[in-house]
Amino acid sequence: MNPHMVLRVVSKLLIPIIIVFGLYVHFHGDYSPGGGFQAGVLVAVGVMLYALIYGVEEARRAVPPWTVRAGAALGVLVFAGVGVASWILGGNYLEYEVLHPDTAYKAGQHLGIILVEIGVLLTVFSVILAIFYAFAGRAPDIPDEEW
Amino acid sequence: MVELIAERFAYGVIIILMMTGLYAVVASANLVKRMVGLGLFQTSVFLLYITISKVLGGAPPILEYPFPATPDETVYSNPLPHVLILTAIVVGVATLAVGLALVVRIREAYGTIEDGAINEADYALDTERAGR
Amino acid sequence: MIDMIVTDPTLLIEYTLMAMLLAVGVAIVRLRDLFAVVMLLGVYSLLSAAWFVSLDALDVGFTEAAVGAGISTLLLLAAMLLTARSAEPVSAIRHWSAFAVALAGGAALFYAIGDMPAFGDPDAPANAYVGLQYLERTQADIGVPNVVTAVLASYRGFDTLGEVVVIFAAGLGVMLLLGMGGRKPRKDGEGEE
Repeated sequence: MNPHMVLRVVSKLLIPIIIVFGLYVHFHGDYSPGGGFQAGVLVAVGVMLYALIYGVEEARRAVPPWTVRAGAALGVLVFAGVGVASWILGGNYLEYEVLHPDTAYKAGQHLGIILVEIGVLLTVFSVILAIFYAFAGRAPDIPDEEW
Repeated sequence: MVELIAERFAYGVIIILMMTGLYAVVASANLVKRMVGLGLFQTSVFLLYITISKVLGGAPPILEYPFPATPDETVYSNPLPHVLILTAIVVGVATLAVGLALVVRIREAYGTIEDGAINEADYALDTERAGR
Repeated sequence: MIDMIVTDPTLLIEYTLMAMLLAVGVAIVRLRDLFAVVMLLGVYSLLSAAWFVSLDALDVGFTEAAVGAGISTLLLLAAMLLTARSAEPVSAIRHWSAFAVALAGGAALFYAIGDMPAFGDPDAPANAYVGLQYLERTQADIGVPNVVTAVLASYRGFDTLGEVVVIFAAGLGVMLLLGMGGRKPRKDGEGEE
């Protein structure tokens, strides 16, 4: 009998909810507290919980380290890329109005904020997870007797 | 005088908390505990910023939505320090991780994380080099 | 102070939180068992997150609860497992000199406290100018109800880009120092890579 049965079953239920809540916090960040920073941390916590219950090796198979390395760089690129896009479309750096022609509902601002926050989400998620992998890769596994 | 202190009571408490963190940074010989002291100091500075932004009787800075047609008369707390501290918290944990990574490497190189023992090991290494 | 509590009973929550923060802070400084110290720092972060919420900073309280109480505690625990479980006692001279430094710094800050605006003053210089402008203009400029998000991503987007680069650089630093852990760690935990 696996001593971690309860933890495994409960975490299997919880991890999807945590990740969906993280994405809700991200995409609803314009209307309620939240945004890319908090969402990135929450999604990373979902993966960390998986690593704590099933082992770091399993988590490394689910979210390989190379995706984490690429994600951290990609997030910064997305953020800076939005700025370059608004440049090309004739605005100032990070001036979101030019991104969408609909000015009555500020669609450009909404679009720009969501895109920029996706960059923040990717970088924060990847960096937090990279830091976790770096520390967890060195830590000795806790034997079952110490639980 | 009494009124002056009563109106600034929260700042006084936060200063004591900040100095508790400073004491932990200076007095701790253990490097992990020193990082904990730094975290204590940092969180207290965040508290100081946010207490300054509070407006008595104010609401959290989230406007009514859909936007009302008449001008909004609600008093809100100041959102600017919130933005600064929000990003500072996430940057703070990233820098904490860099500090802890350095501590782990020091432990691997010296076998200890007490700064006195590290200094002694450095001193012994230097005298050995000089004697050769 | 009594009449302030009578007019606004929620102040009682804040005073309770302040007392708990002070107790936890002193306990962190006095304890030598690193496991207890790290756990108490998590408690400290959670208490300050509660205070942030009562100070109307919902976003900040959210972040502090997730990052300060969650991620920081986990990282410190991992670092503690890799290094040492308890701290050596410090010498008396070190204790008293550190105490003197903290006392001098605290005295200087307390001297400056009289120049601070009163707690919750809407006319304080920090609250009267640029913060008020953001609140007044967000509806017309950005069209987003959460002013904190509007300032973070749009008004001060360039600032946030800098913060993201700092986080990226910090992650890069940790990866360079510790690696991503692809290889098996040495059993003795000593020596070179």
